[in-house]
Amino acid sequence: METTQQTESKIIELQPFADEMVVNMGPQHPSTHGVLRLELKLDGEVVREAIPHIGYLHRCFEKHSENLSYPQIIPFTDRMDYVAAMNQNWGFCLAVEKLLEADEKRNFAVPERAEYLRVLICELNRIASHLLSFGTYGMDLGAFTPFLYAFRDREKLLLLFEKVCGARLTYNYIRIGGVSEIIPMEPGSITEQNFLDEVEQFLDYFEPLIDEYNELLTKNSIFSERTTGVAVMSAEMALSYGATGPNLRGSGVDWDLRRDEPYSIYDRFAFDVPVAMNVPELGAVVGDCWSRYKIRMDEMKQSIRIVRQILAEGLPDGPVMADLKAVRPPKGELYFRSEAPRGELGFYIVSDGTPKPVRVKGRSPCFSALSALQELSQGLMVADIIAIIGSIDIVMGEVDR
Amino acid sequence: MTPEQIYEALVEQFGEAALGFDTQLAGDPSIYIASAAIADVCQYLAETDTLAFDSLMCLSGVDLNAKDEELAIVYHIYAMQHRHSVVLKTTVPKTDARLPSVSHIWKTADWHEREAYDLYGILFDGHTDLRRILLPDDWEGYPLRKDYKEPEFYRGMHVPY
Repeated sequence: METTQQTESKIIELQPFADEMVVNMGPQHPSTHGVLRLELKLDGEVVREAIPHIGYLHRCFEKHSENLSYPQIIPFTDRMDYVAAMNQNWGFCLAVEKLLEADEKRNFAVPERAEYLRVLICELNRIASHLLSFGTYGMDLGAFTPFLYAFRDREKLLLLFEKVCGARLTYNYIRIGGVSEIIPMEPGSITEQNFLDEVEQFLDYFEPLIDEYNELLTKNSIFSERTTGVAVMSAEMALSYGATGPNLRGSGVDWDLRRDEPYSIYDRFAFDVPVAMNVPELGAVVGDCWSRYKIRMDEMKQSIRIVRQILAEGLPDGPVMADLKAVRPPKGELYFRSEAPRGELGFYIVSDGTPKPVRVKGRSPCFSALSALQELSQGLMVADIIAIIGSIDIVMGEVDR
Repeated sequence: MTPEQIYEALVEQFGEAALGFDTQLAGDPSIYIASAAIADVCQYLAETDTLAFDSLMCLSGVDLNAKDEELAIVYHIYAMQHRHSVVLKTTVPKTDARLPSVSHIWKTADWHEREAYDLYGILFDGHTDLRRILLPDDWEGYPLRKDYKEPEFYRGMHVPY
């Protein structure tokens, strides 16, 4: 009788340590955001080591690029970060344009109208991307409702993108020297003005919803228990691992390429850069999963601010494409980085003066951020791994390229 | 500091290991470093207060031409505090592609060096976990080398399509 009671009490007792076990999480796990495999060395419920194995989605972007002309590479960049493909197009085009500008004989500028369209579309795409991140993060941690709300709103944005370029996810919209023409999806039905009206309608509809989502998930006690104080990444660690974008700002570093190294026409717009701060009432500390997540929620508001400024000014008239006879950058090389929704998206391009590049390297923000996972997850519980992966917001298409 | 000033500082500190400063080509100017000295140079750049390069933006292997006998490794580094950047470049022979690792200076170099090893076959001395990252472990050859020939079969699957 006594012994039975003892065994029963042992079962109830929290005993996180046990024999070491190796568990493969992924590559087909719904919470790994694509095909990521984690080799977990577990001591009971505690993670001793989490080794990421990537490459399941490697599609040889860099090898392909060496055999294609510059404009032909743009559709391949779509498939890097496929939830923010506009920003990927833009990053690559900016790098090529910068290299073209180095050619003194060539005199070209991206038309104003195209610049405005690029900022407008890319900020909308940033919202769509953060919405996906918000929804899936909630689902990873057991909240199904935010996922449905997020996808409902993201769908409205995807319809807008479809009206602009005919595609929902892989756009090939931003081209070297400008953007492709606005295509009316149904003849006569979409003009510039009613496209802008639809954008405004969306913003009016969506802006109050952010606060609702904050009530629903951000301040939700189950959600904040799972994320606050978990996997704290210090500013030094974030810099050393090359974490950028919301992950770096979540660690308290005030850094945004749109403001600190302004490209295109970002210097004309007023917007704030959200940086993580301690939130004692929820228990959040700078650099934890909750802070990284919160940055994305705040960034959506700033993107709305930028888009509203464009709507207030209206699009300037004029062409949407620069007069480029052929895309043939001079002999040289260049690294250019831009602020994609997931952080610093860089392209290193080596040109030998022919229409095809010698070398294109895509510096993906997720690739660098994911490498921090091994150190971040040491000593945490298995369930925390899910919270970390969602909070660094990876897209495997970009990690593996 | 401008790249010129950084080059001068490196010449002063390392003498002949700073091989040259290249502004000939369009785009970013780059500083050539002897491959054996690359880790020491990076350490100096990261730890000197006036330079303080705390962020490695990008590390890339480059093979310009199948006929070349050398591979290049390019480091794009940035200092958040001083807001200056510099491009370091070093070359290694294709037959013995080997140079010191910088993964102990910037942790992000860990995966970037694994990628360069995976795609170019460059060996980084001092890297603690140098194995393939994007390709399967049993893949043969280094695909981004310009003289790479794709295999006809991989595990019984036809490769060229």
